[in-house]
Amino acid sequence: MGCVNNRIKTSKYNILTFLPVNLFEQFQRVANAYFLFLLILQLIPEISSLSWFTTIVPLMVVFTITAVKDATDDCVSICSKLPLQSLQQSILQNEKWMNVKPGDVIKLENNTFVAADLLLLSSSEPHGLCYIETAELDGETNLKVRQALPVTSELGPDIRRLAEFDGVVVCEPPNNKLDKFTGVLFWKDNRYSLNNEKVLLRGCVLRNTDWCFGMVIFAGPDTKLMQNSGRTKFKRTSIDRLMNTLALWIFGFLVCMGIILAIGNSIWEHQVGAHFRIYLFWNEVVNSSVFSGFLTFWSYIIILNSVVPISLYVSVEVIRLGHSYFINWDRKMYCPQKDTPAEVRTTTLNEELGQIEYIFSDKTGTITQNIMTFNKCSINGKTYGKSVFINVLPKTVPVDFSFNPLADRKFQFYDHSLIESIKLGDAMVHEFFRLLSLCHTVMSEEKNAGELIYQVQSPDEGALVTAARNFGFIFKSRTPETITVEEMGKLVTYQLLAILDFNNIRKRMSVIVQTPDGQIKLYCKGADTILFERLHPSNEELMSLTSDHLEEFAGEGLRTLALAYKNLTEEHFKEWFKILQEANTSVDSRNDYLAAAYEEIEKDMMLLGATAIEDKLQEGVTETIASLSLANIKIWVLTGDKQETAMNIGYSCHMLTDTMNEIFIVASHTGMEVREELREYFALQALALEGDLENEFVEVACMCKTVICCRVTPLQKAQVVELVKKHRKAVTLAIGDGANDISMIKSAHIGIGISGEEGMQAVLASDYSFAQFRYLKRLLLVHGRWSYFRMCKFLCYFFYKNFAFTLVHFWFGFFCGFSAQTVYDQWFITLFNIVYASLPVLAMGLFDQDVNEQNSMDYAKLYEPGQLNLLFNKRKFFICIAHGLYTSFALFFIPYGAFYNTAGEDGKHIADYQSFAVTVATSLVIVVSVQIALDTSYWTAINRFFILGSIAVYFAILFTMHSDGIFVIFPNHFPFVGNARNSLSQISVWLVILLTTVVSVMPVITFQFLKEDLNPTLTDQVWLNLIMKQKPLQNYMRRVYRTNSRRSAYAFSHQEGFGELITSGKNIHISQYNYFILLKSGAFLKNC
Amino acid sequence: MAVNYNAKEEADGHTSGVGVAGGGAAGGAGKSRKPDNTAFKQQRLPAWQPILTAGTVLPAFFIIGLIFIPIGIGIFVTSNNIREYEIDYTGTDSSSPCNKCLNVSWNSTPPCTCTINFTLDQPFETNVFMYYGLSNFYQNHRRYVKSRDDSQLNGDNSSLLNPSKECEPYRTSENKPIAPCGAIANSMFNDTLELFHIDNETRIPITLNKKGIAWWTDKNVKFRNPFGTTNNLTALFQGTTKPVNWPKPVYMLDSEQDNNGFINEDFIVWMRTAALPTFRKLYRLIERKNNLQPTLQAGKYSLDITYNYPVYSFDGRKRMILSTISWMGGKNPFLGIAYITVGSICFFLGVVLLVIHHKYGNRNNSADIPN
Repeated sequence: MGCVNNRIKTSKYNILTFLPVNLFEQFQRVANAYFLFLLILQLIPEISSLSWFTTIVPLMVVFTITAVKDATDDCVSICSKLPLQSLQQSILQNEKWMNVKPGDVIKLENNTFVAADLLLLSSSEPHGLCYIETAELDGETNLKVRQALPVTSELGPDIRRLAEFDGVVVCEPPNNKLDKFTGVLFWKDNRYSLNNEKVLLRGCVLRNTDWCFGMVIFAGPDTKLMQNSGRTKFKRTSIDRLMNTLALWIFGFLVCMGIILAIGNSIWEHQVGAHFRIYLFWNEVVNSSVFSGFLTFWSYIIILNSVVPISLYVSVEVIRLGHSYFINWDRKMYCPQKDTPAEVRTTTLNEELGQIEYIFSDKTGTITQNIMTFNKCSINGKTYGKSVFINVLPKTVPVDFSFNPLADRKFQFYDHSLIESIKLGDAMVHEFFRLLSLCHTVMSEEKNAGELIYQVQSPDEGALVTAARNFGFIFKSRTPETITVEEMGKLVTYQLLAILDFNNIRKRMSVIVQTPDGQIKLYCKGADTILFERLHPSNEELMSLTSDHLEEFAGEGLRTLALAYKNLTEEHFKEWFKILQEANTSVDSRNDYLAAAYEEIEKDMMLLGATAIEDKLQEGVTETIASLSLANIKIWVLTGDKQETAMNIGYSCHMLTDTMNEIFIVASHTGMEVREELREYFALQALALEGDLENEFVEVACMCKTVICCRVTPLQKAQVVELVKKHRKAVTLAIGDGANDISMIKSAHIGIGISGEEGMQAVLASDYSFAQFRYLKRLLLVHGRWSYFRMCKFLCYFFYKNFAFTLVHFWFGFFCGFSAQTVYDQWFITLFNIVYASLPVLAMGLFDQDVNEQNSMDYAKLYEPGQLNLLFNKRKFFICIAHGLYTSFALFFIPYGAFYNTAGEDGKHIADYQSFAVTVATSLVIVVSVQIALDTSYWTAINRFFILGSIAVYFAILFTMHSDGIFVIFPNHFPFVGNARNSLSQISVWLVILLTTVVSVMPVITFQFLKEDLNPTLTDQVWLNLIMKQKPLQNYMRRVYRTNSRRSAYAFSHQEGFGELITSGKNIHISQYNYFILLKSGAFLKNC
Repeated sequence: MAVNYNAKEEADGHTSGVGVAGGGAAGGAGKSRKPDNTAFKQQRLPAWQPILTAGTVLPAFFIIGLIFIPIGIGIFVTSNNIREYEIDYTGTDSSSPCNKCLNVSWNSTPPCTCTINFTLDQPFETNVFMYYGLSNFYQNHRRYVKSRDDSQLNGDNSSLLNPSKECEPYRTSENKPIAPCGAIANSMFNDTLELFHIDNETRIPITLNKKGIAWWTDKNVKFRNPFGTTNNLTALFQGTTKPVNWPKPVYMLDSEQDNNGFINEDFIVWMRTAALPTFRKLYRLIERKNNLQPTLQAGKYSLDITYNYPVYSFDGRKRMILSTISWMGGKNPFLGIAYITVGSICFFLGVVLLVIHHKYGNRNNSADIPN
């Protein structure tokens, strides 16, 4: 074992590595590297066509801003600062989590997180048992049992002996298998083999166990949890990648222009320049036309580099930061219960929120609250309980349980007739609740009088027992032989004769008890399909009635269980008990014998009724899922939980409906079998598929409307995400709340953490976090959509603006001997992208809205342009470039025509270089301002201020820099003295500016008008609708009830073995399989 | 443009949906992390949302058309009314009197002179501006443009003796700093043009005003002679040498003190480099003497040229231009024609779009929005 401490690094940087790592990451951006290259070029005097400061100042600004932002993004303090007790030299010491090393013996207390992978030594419970909840690891909500080795459990709470514990553990190297552990403990010359049952994994929570001691086996990054979480990757959005590609293309374009101009220069130098030498010397270095062309090439690269201005990247970052703040500030994503606003943890991904195609969601804690409530029941053919959907109405008063001092206050029920039946003494109703109070594996604990605490191993069971408790059948305590129940106020002790334990095949559990008056009864609860087969024939009528009710319950997405009882005669029982004991003692296939014995007695039962438990969904989950599906987002649920529970949740949140007539389940355990099942499926569509299993899985899964994968390990979750990313090239989002979702959150394009009750690990690994699943709708449909829309508009405009700005130099090249002379003043070039034209487009990128938030939510289809990448793609980019090219053409040639060989209105200069520069620059500023005014669809005061302000600032700076005062101080740097006032006082200059503006803008308006008039997009229509003040179209979300359902909604997050544990305390064996289920809809068959 | 203040509508509260009802839970605590309810943070800033509808676009096109066409006609007519007379005196044509001077070089002594006679058919009524025009002359070449020292030209004494490196290779000559340094100054136009009115075979010289041809700011701010205790320019320029191509130093450009040295207006005009390879620069002013006579009557004139400036080697052309000026500058038909064209296109587009809108317009059936 290596000595790794428990510090887990989830952050990218530390103080030392920050600068190099951050710079390296920044230079990974093609554009940044390219700017540095340009900067180096500018330092060569023969090439430098621009002052060096025009590049280095913005570059420094960019790097500083980005670095500061990255540093704040990367939340440094990840290590938990929770105190923890550890043993050193027989003294309990409080230690921080991060200081725990392998070999330490540490003490854990009830309801605390396990800090490292531990070998369980001893615990407060008998036999060295301890209970853990693994929801953080695999999403399963039931408790699991771990048992210490008998030799170590003897150590008990004796600190001195524990401190002297000197066992040596030899085990497998760190790996990511959560359900497997092999190792050997050498202690006191003995060897004890270790397996998964002896270890507590990091991320589990200790439950129902006051304390336990454990020796650290793996700490920090070696723990199975961290082995499962995958590597932190530098996430970049598809727009980022597109921008990098475009930067390369632009660079190619730049090189082409550079070559054209360089060739032009060579020819010019040869044909014209050679004769012009009496006025235009040869430089000493430059002595041939070819070499001159070569130098000119680089000079032009420098001048034209502003087609990809440095400020693009800063602006993009600023816009993303702004959008992030808007998300942080959104009151509609603030959860008052938890006092948690939404939080953006990675600020560089916002626009990708508008392009999501696949959502991968965790189940437990994300979609469900992990709270089970007893919601309805059917007793002897009569249903009780109101529909889950009606109970939100305030006028429904919950049943008052004040008559019962032991009632659980949190329990609510909305049907008064049931309580009346109980009070009236309806025998069947009593029997029903008696069953619930007897047939379970719950442990109870009465701390103070009237304060009864149940230790449940599955929340379902807890819900049932609690229901019975509230209705007056209070399970008080149990011993291995007895169960004590307070029935309607009087204590009754039942002899517990046998527990016929639950398992996945039997799908039922029974208890056989003897009442105080000697009657022997069997109480059974289980899946209706199983139970109905073993009823007494006389139950026919009740059965059909009950199964109608069950269907109704199932239709509402409730988890159902059928209940039955059977009176046994003493002889019958004794006879059977012998069989049971034989089975119990058999060595081979004991389980088979046991099952047969159970079968034997569980028949001819009398039906009592059925229960319906609601696995409480998070608020608004159904609506959210429905809206997101409308927006054409596919939602996959990935859970470590069992198939039944997963499917049940699928139904209850309407991801699965009965109209999906073809639910396809792949449940094979080996790769080959899965392959065959998938193959079979493909046989239907006569598609010959070769290649990987992965491919087939993705192919099938992606054709499905809904996919639910269960029994997946954390790493498999990430693999599923990677598969879709790889094969579909789609933008994915993963949402989860637990440590088991970290890997998925990290590997998806966007990871969202639910900041739930416990555990911040998912949140810490996520890019966004909020408190409720339902905020996802707003995050995607409003913020994501706006972000994408704004970013695309911003990019379109930005590229347009810079092409218009830069290509003027290209045209001018043909008239200045290809000498790389700039059209504009150097100051204008430096300031244009930073000052004159940056704020209006930033304001648009930050505040623009095409349709308001309400419409964005109502018309989920508005989300589609993002998924199809319609607003900014290569085609759009070329349109922007063409637009920029056209504008630059107008900008250059209109002044050229107007000032060709002419004079001003005072007869003096008008066609001099400086006046020409001022005219073109002023035209440019006005044209781009008018263009941004046309592009802005949401004019806030800030937009108005920035657009008008930019023009004002332009003139202010222009007149300042052309003023006498500044020239006198720096005559070499501001040679344009007096130019503004001389040029801009000429009418013809203004006529040229006006003409240029109209010529540049007119075609754009024409195209835009034609597009909106002839082929309006959905956005335009919604928009116009809004303007015309029509009533917004109502978009009712209708609840789809499952009718005609033949399937059972049986789902029970129960695990076998607890019955045995109760009666014997023996160890148990759990087998886990990994398999996927795919559920698919009928729409698929129509496709093929 | 259609304007819609939607802030109110928003504030009225579409807070249904997933909205969190009220701040009751966290209210009052003061430490709540609930975001502020400001219009800015909630993205509810009041805004107007213009939209391109037929009602706004079509009238805009018609209005632009209706404004631009008259402006264009106005400019066009004005431009056509400008009197302009232009002579190419380069002498490439062998019949030209200046043909003999074609291959002149700098500093050729005695200077080559030639005379060109011409006739003005119409009188020039208002003030006449005399220009020299050069073609194929790349005053906008990068190496040329930057080859000057504005600090020196501004009278800075240290720059005078130590000119900027940008002036290379015209920075020093014979180990002395050149004043004014650089290629622009070195290549200053130095032909002398004189105009005579031929009235009954007598040559009456026309007064050519050499002052007032440069911008006020150039003459008074940008260009200044070096400072010193003396007014004697010769002394002030002590220690410098003349540009290589110049026949005489900068302090001998003119006899008048206020037009000599760096503030010589011919020099200033030359130093304001042209944007395009074909350009004209103001050379002299011919002011109208009285209201009874036109500035230049119709009739015969002769132009005496002292031909110093070689342009033939790089296929350049030299011209003398006489022109009057209007409110929008010198003669140039481009702007007028461009305005008329753009105005017509706008108007035409307006008509086309109107037809398209009425025939195929798709805006009416926007009520049924698919979802």
